[in-house]
Amino acid sequence: MTAMQKLLQLPVNAVNMVKTVQSQVQGQEEDKSPVLTPDSGQQAWYSALQPDELRHLRSGGTGGGGGGGGGGGDQEERAPLEEGGGSGGGSSFQTQPLRHDDLKEMLDSNKDSLKLEAMKRIVAMIARGKNASDLFPAVVKNVACKNIEVKKLVYVYLVRYAEEQQDLALLSISTFQRGLKDPNQLIRASALRVLSSIRVTIIVPIMMLAIKEAASDMSPYVRKTAAHAIPKLYSLDPEQKDQLIEVIEKLLADKTTLVAGSVVMAFEEVCPERIDLIHKNYRKLCNLLIDVEEWGQVVIINMLTRYARTQFLNPNINESLLEEGGSGDKTFYGSDEDEDEDEEEKEKKAEVAAMAKRKPYVMDPDHRLLLRNTKPLLQSRNAAVVMAVAQLYFHLAPKAEVGVIAKALVRLLRSHSEVQYVVLQNVATMSIKRRGMFEPYLKSFYIRSTDPTQIKVLKLEVLTNLANETNISTILREFQTYIKSMDKDFVAATIQAIGRCATNISEVRDTCLNGLVQLLSNRDELVVAESVVVIKKLLQMQPEKHSDIIKHMAKLTDNIQVPMARASILWLIGEYCEHVPKIAPDVLRKMAKSFTNEEDIVKLQIINLAAKLYLTNSKQTKLLTQYVLNLAKYDQNYDIRDRARFIRQLIVPTEKSGALSKYAKKLFLALKPAPVLESPFKDRDHFQLGSLSHLLNAKAGGYQELPDWPEAAPDPSVRNVEVPEWTKCSSREKRKEKKVEKPFYTDSEGESGPTESADSESDSATGSESSSGSEESGSGSESEESKEASESEEEEEEEEEEEKKKKKKDLKKPVQESESEQSSEEEERKHQRKSKPRKSESESESDEDEESESESSQSESEDSESEAEVKKKKKPAESKPPPKPVKKESKKEKKEMSLLDLDDFEPAPSPQVTPVNTFLSNSLVTDLEGLSLSDSVLSPATIAPSSTLKSYELLHRITGEGLSVEYCFSRQPFSPDANMVAVQMQFTNNASSDTKNLHIEDVKLQSGMRVKEFPEIELLPAGETATAVMGIDFCDSTQAANFQLCTHTRKFFVSIQPPVGELMRPVFLTENEFKKEQGQLMGMNEITEKLTLDVKCRNEHTIVQRVTTAANLSRVPCGSDKECSPPLPPPDHPVHRFAGRTVTSGSLVLVTVATKEEGAAQLTVNCEKMVIGTMLVKDILQALTQ
Amino acid sequence: MIHSLFLINHLGDIFLEKHWKSVISRSVCDYFFEAREKAVDPENVPPVLQTPHHYLISIYRGKLFFLSVIQTEVPPLFVIEFLHRVADTFQDYFGECSESVISDNLVIVYELLEEMLDNGFPLATESNVLKEMIRPPNILRSVVNTLTGGSNVGETLPQGQLSNIPWRRAGVKYANNEAYFDVTEEIDAIVDKSGTTVSAEIQGVIEACVKLSGMPDLTMSFMNPRLLDDVSFHPCVRFRRWESERVLSFIPPDGNFTLMTYHISSQNLVAIPVYVKQSINFFEAGSCGRLDITIGPKQTMGKTVEDLKVTIHMPKAVLNANLTATQGNYTYDCTTKMLVWDIGKLNPQKLPNLRGSLSMQTGVPNPEENPSLNIDLKIQQLAISGLKVSRLDMYGEKYKPFKGVKYVTKAGKFQVRT
Repeated sequence: MTAMQKLLQLPVNAVNMVKTVQSQVQGQEEDKSPVLTPDSGQQAWYSALQPDELRHLRSGGTGGGGGGGGGGGDQEERAPLEEGGGSGGGSSFQTQPLRHDDLKEMLDSNKDSLKLEAMKRIVAMIARGKNASDLFPAVVKNVACKNIEVKKLVYVYLVRYAEEQQDLALLSISTFQRGLKDPNQLIRASALRVLSSIRVTIIVPIMMLAIKEAASDMSPYVRKTAAHAIPKLYSLDPEQKDQLIEVIEKLLADKTTLVAGSVVMAFEEVCPERIDLIHKNYRKLCNLLIDVEEWGQVVIINMLTRYARTQFLNPNINESLLEEGGSGDKTFYGSDEDEDEDEEEKEKKAEVAAMAKRKPYVMDPDHRLLLRNTKPLLQSRNAAVVMAVAQLYFHLAPKAEVGVIAKALVRLLRSHSEVQYVVLQNVATMSIKRRGMFEPYLKSFYIRSTDPTQIKVLKLEVLTNLANETNISTILREFQTYIKSMDKDFVAATIQAIGRCATNISEVRDTCLNGLVQLLSNRDELVVAESVVVIKKLLQMQPEKHSDIIKHMAKLTDNIQVPMARASILWLIGEYCEHVPKIAPDVLRKMAKSFTNEEDIVKLQIINLAAKLYLTNSKQTKLLTQYVLNLAKYDQNYDIRDRARFIRQLIVPTEKSGALSKYAKKLFLALKPAPVLESPFKDRDHFQLGSLSHLLNAKAGGYQELPDWPEAAPDPSVRNVEVPEWTKCSSREKRKEKKVEKPFYTDSEGESGPTESADSESDSATGSESSSGSEESGSGSESEESKEASESEEEEEEEEEEEKKKKKKDLKKPVQESESEQSSEEEERKHQRKSKPRKSESESESDEDEESESESSQSESEDSESEAEVKKKKKPAESKPPPKPVKKESKKEKKEMSLLDLDDFEPAPSPQVTPVNTFLSNSLVTDLEGLSLSDSVLSPATIAPSSTLKSYELLHRITGEGLSVEYCFSRQPFSPDANMVAVQMQFTNNASSDTKNLHIEDVKLQSGMRVKEFPEIELLPAGETATAVMGIDFCDSTQAANFQLCTHTRKFFVSIQPPVGELMRPVFLTENEFKKEQGQLMGMNEITEKLTLDVKCRNEHTIVQRVTTAANLSRVPCGSDKECSPPLPPPDHPVHRFAGRTVTSGSLVLVTVATKEEGAAQLTVNCEKMVIGTMLVKDILQALTQ
Repeated sequence: MIHSLFLINHLGDIFLEKHWKSVISRSVCDYFFEAREKAVDPENVPPVLQTPHHYLISIYRGKLFFLSVIQTEVPPLFVIEFLHRVADTFQDYFGECSESVISDNLVIVYELLEEMLDNGFPLATESNVLKEMIRPPNILRSVVNTLTGGSNVGETLPQGQLSNIPWRRAGVKYANNEAYFDVTEEIDAIVDKSGTTVSAEIQGVIEACVKLSGMPDLTMSFMNPRLLDDVSFHPCVRFRRWESERVLSFIPPDGNFTLMTYHISSQNLVAIPVYVKQSINFFEAGSCGRLDITIGPKQTMGKTVEDLKVTIHMPKAVLNANLTATQGNYTYDCTTKMLVWDIGKLNPQKLPNLRGSLSMQTGVPNPEENPSLNIDLKIQQLAISGLKVSRLDMYGEKYKPFKGVKYVTKAGKFQVRT
């Protein structure tokens, strides 16, 4: 480097000057040497220098330095600039610039290696940002070079400089055109890439042609390249838009995953407003999504979010309606009966949508499809994909389902700090709207001293948003540690956060205020200043209570120097001078003394203080005020002079003073509204989350507004796809388009094409729902029964194994009973169906309808299972008919037995069967719990036929003056709050007059307990019965919940005390998991009891029944966990295991009943909560021995 | 989308620029330099900046800034994630991602960037695909190439680019077929003064090194898959198998890759392997302070804690430290105010202790905050969450591969507040 190199740099310019072709065209980085002029003597010197000499010079190091003196002057300064980016490692060739002449010579040689070397150096120059434009003619010649690497580098060069040298660039076009016809797809693609990248307007028609041709190329890679070329051409010549849209339309129909991402990208850049182009491809895109490369996924998801906002209805529109349906599940389903019948119903759909306000919301299956298919992508390793799905859920999913994204977003917090930054911004916005979602992850937002400040501040923001009455104490404790941080910006932010918590949560306002007051004695002035500012805001809310704080702050004026803080104190004293009548004048006296040395904002506040005091206490402060005003009159700052003049006119009554002075007091001491401390992230969600615009809180160029939900859903049939001829066959299921490519994720031959199955005949009957229904029946035909999935399709979809399904279906029967109310309706419906000619369409539609309801009502567990479809594919639809008779049979069966023998449920112990149990992970189960209908089907032991639900009396009809109330623990999850136990109450009015306004009042609870009241029953006519569901969080204790049951006339004190067995909910564990968990709950947590089983209670069935009646547990299938050990033959003395979790804390409850000879048995309960364990043992013991 | 990319070193020099659309003058970086000046730490530069005509999105990796210029709306994470992917690719190609290495391989870097983005939209980001198109440098090849005129650039489209498994090269052959999996768990914890855990999470990752011929289809199952609270996968993992069976089924990429990461959140109980007894006091009079730290094993599951290290960022006022360590040695850097105590293996019989006095700057008020302790440690052959791989099966190929699993627990962001 240094002198010699500087010398060697010179020719760059020298050569430039000689160049006649483009001597004017210089890159912006190129410095022109003012010294060198075309006819200067120096130039001759440079050209005289032969390459050989140069090489010699190079090796000779500084030997030729003297010669470089000619470069002199300005070159000395310029050279380091040019080399600035260099690594300084003189050894690498890139740092030794060659004269352009040499490069040209090398390029002209016929040795590829020389050409390559030259091109490498040129590319290195480009990379450094140095100008190499004058080599254009020499380089462009090599565009036809055989060596692929040279060719590629020439391409790189062309793309960089063609725009500047359009005429010369044209020389290369014919090569590309030839390249476009090359048999090698890579060459075709790269020719198109370069052709479209060189940004030469003249060749627009050629580009257009090339793109059109490439769009129907055989190779998907070339088609992908064509998709990439579209936005390039569009930016070059927007007038081509119409033609380009045609190409986009064509490529959108492409069925390969490779193309999908790129073409949607092109769509977004060229015609994002043409949402109609998406209709036909919507389902395909949804289904391909998981196999598209990750970058494409991001773009597609973002686009589909917008699409969905225009096409579907707001799933949260009926929020209120859903909520009041605590008992409403029934009405919810019931009201749909009319809807699930036939084709005509489909047409009504639009109407239904229009009536959304009155009618329950029904999610469009396509909407569901999108949600389902994007959900697995939350597990992507790519943060952008996760964020895209998260925003999709945030903007599109029903409230109850949004929660799933929290976990994934929290995971991203472990990523690079830039990722954290963006994610936290979005979490901050989300946490305002949906606080509950992130509450469980509160601790993940705790701040470490090693976090960068910007991350700290954002985490603080999130913590503040998450603060509520229950967690505020923890958060404040956390804040206390933050205040001691060394990072003062962060401390300031923390103090503000405390202020915001204090305003939002009135319970802690005093605590916060006290804490902040303590901070006033902090040694750090910044901390004090910030506290003062925040205290000022807080005090404004309730000044009368805090005159001592104001006094305390008045004292601070002696010490605090930070202007903002001083100003705040003065303002406070002035504003509330009536609360501190003695101190205020004294403060003014001190301030008057130091007036001249104060900062401007402080001076202004001193004037204000003086004015206010003059108005309230003119006797003491008249002179002081005049003094201050006089000082201000001669202040340097005109604002202060103005203010002084203005105030004097207002407050000091003179003959001249206008009418205003009468109102001076009103003007100055008007009641000021307390400031609202708001999150800066409030309402930021009108920007699409995850977008640049959201991050900047300003609309970025090219941002597409997220449309509002439509009032009425547009016609959903637009998304139906024409069915290609060759796929037409007898049944809908089979009519699926085969994809050109087989997606990776679907392991077997099938494909996730439920949408394709939706065809013109069956309107919106679509989606995996409908297909899953049929799939089920397919499998059912193999096993002995089948249902057309009147409920719980969702679970069905998850299953791969037939056996599992079999089991499930068995389980379903009892469920039907358990829904006592519904079953009748349902049966009716079934009869109807049976009597109907089994048209596959009508059938699957009805399935789908029900399904969508159930989905919309609760959080849904699964995303599209293409496996399911795969299965269905395998099983031709001929298998459909058989179900009919079978079902009758099953129904009979059902009537005979109240509870099916559990032995039946157990699959035949074959090795393939057994992994089944691992399917349902805990999370899955909990996911499913939201499904009020189907969850209880999940695991055998949760079957609790209504007949076995024990009712308790809450209010006897004598004491209740005719009103009698019974309650039972319905064992359904309480949807508004998963931590609550659902208590179903049945009100019967035995009196002769109506009872009105039944509701709950005056709830008295042990600490920690909570109650979610049932909606008021407005009228209970005489002789009628009504039911309602309320939720109680018993906090895992058997303490009673006391409350008053009120009617319009009377109040009754009642209490509900739960049996311990109701404080838990079933969880599904495999045997192995069970044993492992049990191993961790030994010692104190284990309670064992020997017992002799009741004579009637020695078979498995009764044991299981009795245990599950006593406690809400689920049975652990035994001997079937294959993970480690092969299944053993069932032992003579079976061991029954049951598992559950307590409702509030989620502690595991494990129950084992080991039977022995002669009815002897051993009962073991493992539970972290010993009290629960002990009580449970007692209860179960009683149940088994009675 | 991504318009241009500038690589900037820690001194603020732009040493590489690449434009995917029209050229943007490097003067656009001035806005960035301004922000860089404002932020004290390079980490504190806002990743997204707005300038009158452009948006700048940057990441900071290996003392380099990767600064991309954006003109229109684009998800910021998209760009950030891509830039990290670029850095990862450099790392993969050259072994490290530093200025000198990039400058030495400028052409390859440029070719890579050219392949990775087309018109600002990612084209090929899978390392295996890229490696087929542009071969990583190695001495032998460059010698051969100079002699034969061969090139570093592939002539055909990599199959991966077209297939559904873009991450795997075709025609892989090894003499020894091996698959190694490293299960690494990091404990992120905040422990407060009194020793109670404020928050604790486990961040797990399974790194794989798979050198298997042909197209192996692997299935990995765990003893206790339910432990895994939240997971993210390499695209090769079949998500549905995981959902339904809780097994990892995948056709692995060739070579090193991250199979999955998982997160065990603060809602679960996390074992904390060590406890710390500490007292750090600063005295107003005499301008000195006292420090006394003892570390002992807490929940180590019977394993030895190794590579134990305590790092303390002292307040500015601490001038020097005069301490004695019963085990290991300590260093105090007066300029960065970092006290590092390197302990090594933790002996449960004789607990390591560090005590002594701190000399403070006189006349400066005492720091009111005690510095927090950052702890590093390593426990071999243990995944602290209890995760265990139960088996690894291979389908699709005939040979018998050698399989190995290694467990390691480390401290992640493990902080003890004082």
